[in-house]
Amino acid sequence: MGDNFNEMLEADGSVRPPYALLHKWLETQTPTDLRAKIREAESIFRRLGITFAVYGSEEASERLIPFDIIPRIFAASEWRRLEAGIAQRVGALNAFIDDIYHRQEIVRAGKVPGDLIAQNEAYLPQMAGHSPARSVYSHIIGTDIVRVGANEFYVLEDNCRTPSGVSYMLEDREAMMFLFPDLFAKHRVAPIEHYPELLRETLDSVAPPQCDGEPTCVVLTPGIYNSAFFEHAFLADEMGVQLVTGDDLFVQDGWLYMRTTQSPVRVDVVYRRIDDDYLDPLTFNPASTLGVPGIFDIYRAGRVTIVNAPGAGIADDKAVYSFMPDIVEFYTGEKPILNNVPTWRCSDSDSLAYVLDHLEELVVKEVHGSGGYGMLVGPTASKKEVATFRQILKKRPGNYIAQPTLALSSCPTFVKSGVAPRHVDLRPFALTGDRLRITPGGFTRVAMKQGSLVVNSSQGGGTKDTWVLED
Amino acid sequence: MLLGRTAASLFWMARYMERAENMARLIEVSYRISLMPKPFRAHQDDWSSTLRSAHCEATFADKYDTASQANVIQHLVLDRENPSSIRSSMETARNNGRAVRTALSRDVWESLNATWNELSSIRMSQLSSDKLPGFLDWIKQRSMLFRGAMLGTALRQDSFHFCQAGTFIERADNTARILDVKYHILLPRGSGPGSSVDRQQWASLLRSVSAHRAYRWAYRDASYKPWNVAQFLILNPAMPRSLLFCCDWISNKALREIEKEYDLTLPCHETATDMETLLKTANMEKIFQDGLHEFLSDFIARNNRLTSEIAAAYNFP
Repeated sequence: MGDNFNEMLEADGSVRPPYALLHKWLETQTPTDLRAKIREAESIFRRLGITFAVYGSEEASERLIPFDIIPRIFAASEWRRLEAGIAQRVGALNAFIDDIYHRQEIVRAGKVPGDLIAQNEAYLPQMAGHSPARSVYSHIIGTDIVRVGANEFYVLEDNCRTPSGVSYMLEDREAMMFLFPDLFAKHRVAPIEHYPELLRETLDSVAPPQCDGEPTCVVLTPGIYNSAFFEHAFLADEMGVQLVTGDDLFVQDGWLYMRTTQSPVRVDVVYRRIDDDYLDPLTFNPASTLGVPGIFDIYRAGRVTIVNAPGAGIADDKAVYSFMPDIVEFYTGEKPILNNVPTWRCSDSDSLAYVLDHLEELVVKEVHGSGGYGMLVGPTASKKEVATFRQILKKRPGNYIAQPTLALSSCPTFVKSGVAPRHVDLRPFALTGDRLRITPGGFTRVAMKQGSLVVNSSQGGGTKDTWVLED
Repeated sequence: MLLGRTAASLFWMARYMERAENMARLIEVSYRISLMPKPFRAHQDDWSSTLRSAHCEATFADKYDTASQANVIQHLVLDRENPSSIRSSMETARNNGRAVRTALSRDVWESLNATWNELSSIRMSQLSSDKLPGFLDWIKQRSMLFRGAMLGTALRQDSFHFCQAGTFIERADNTARILDVKYHILLPRGSGPGSSVDRQQWASLLRSVSAHRAYRWAYRDASYKPWNVAQFLILNPAMPRSLLFCCDWISNKALREIEKEYDLTLPCHETATDMETLLKTANMEKIFQDGLHEFLSDFIARNNRLTSEIAAAYNFP
């Protein structure tokens, strides 16, 4: 992996400008100093309960995400380009969803096959013809981006449903400011702590037209056993809105209310962190106890706004992903700023044949999967794993897409052996309401194992604070 | 504005915290007695009477054959299948707190969370005889820290008063149950100073509600008198674990403040007032005449009804 782009050091050993001060500072730190800081950070996180739940492991069901104390740094100019790329892509995604649930111009134009939409699990026929407030569907989008060169960025996937991780972005920053105030004094780091305010403004701005006066927003969580519960509570707290579960909400006379210790209070905007399928047992999964019976009908009637909209997942489907360059161009009339990774859709028999022949070189993912579960990373998998996956793939090819492995960039990371380069990705968060709001930087995930390309927290990945320097 | 679910979680968080503390005290007393030479121990002073006081006989019998010290401690301290074990109580308190984090001050949450983080990794092997007293002390301290964080940092509004209601309803329940299990040792039996076993029993009863020193200040007797012990734990308005004190707090502070804040009087307020009036106007003579056991059973039932009425009044899920 010697030819990967190193974000701190050039091939000749010189330091890239955004990292100049950090590099100097790192040379003054001993591993003992840094180790002590890591312990301090972990005890803060544990005391505050900043944990995530790991599915399928009984002991230690609440874990800390490993936190790396060396920040990842972008120069202002690098960020401006990324930001423009994200803005373009996020605009296209929302336009695409709106189109899909209305006239489907993009299908008529032959840019996206009709089958891909009609037969897609993420397409919700119940949404057809519905126009939510401001025609925004995916209000919060987390775009997973990897870097392979100085100016080369690829989007790995768009998360248009309920992207998580923003609380780590914010808490990592808090921890860093507490642990290394001197580093912040030396750098001009763009602040991010106003994210909850921006989110609140975004939610307020998409209140349904029928809402008169101050909108009441809530965060809807599946409950304390959800892996991202900490984040749900954190965001509700920071925004100053109620954190509710499905039980707390009910529909009466065509409006949504929450049960309080006094009279019911009407709710206008629901920032839900539960999946579409669980949202309303009357419309979707009838066995769901997490949702609110009847909420979908009043949503369609324009009496409540659901954030992100049901059915928004049609835009982040991994099979749809492969059409993103066309989608961006179709709605913006511009060439995409951010690259798309070449993608083989295994539903296509020629592609499947190619993928089966090149399994050792490819990353194969489930079309609807997330969190790094059920995927194959060809170059690092054992022969046996490849063989097993081959059988699975043959059985349900339509369930998978494949991509080449990218040479992910690396950042200095503090590991057992000292400071060493580790692979990273980036999830910036874009908020769409009355206008677009993008927080500088985002959530950087880092693969803590040498050579590993899997950064998911459920698979042992860690996080880093992400700095965007101001000019 | 407070969600019904939030109010319920706050109420139960406080109740379970109080329960953990009471359980620690109860085990402490039994452990103390187990260290005494036989002649000072009545035959009912074994670990099975601890199970009775803790109201955990049924769950214990499901799992164990003999009420040995190790079994009882395991069941009352760490057993996950016993919903009233210290571990379960702390976990329930913390889970309730976690669900309503936004309604807690950071100090309250951190005290809960830090307690749970430490407790969740404790194993039976760390609770050997020499370490048990230190552990039980630590539990009491953590509960007191929680209550102190609450008193020092919580806004005085409905959310705070729901916690207070939970604390004092649980405490009254605990005092009443401990008395009810031991009521026979308090029954008047002619005159005389009482045997050494009697004295030991009365002292233990007072200790299990942290009241043996306070008793001396309140009564100035050279020796314990069963009549006074009962009076102290039931009717003394200055004793913070007495039934009267708890009911006064529930009726005139916790529920009264919510009633004022919402400008709404509900059946739970009536029940709380009735309970307080009953205790305020009662005297020990009459209670003994009518039957101490009957009195306590009736109190426990009313206290349970009060919880149901609060839940109904404020839309607990």
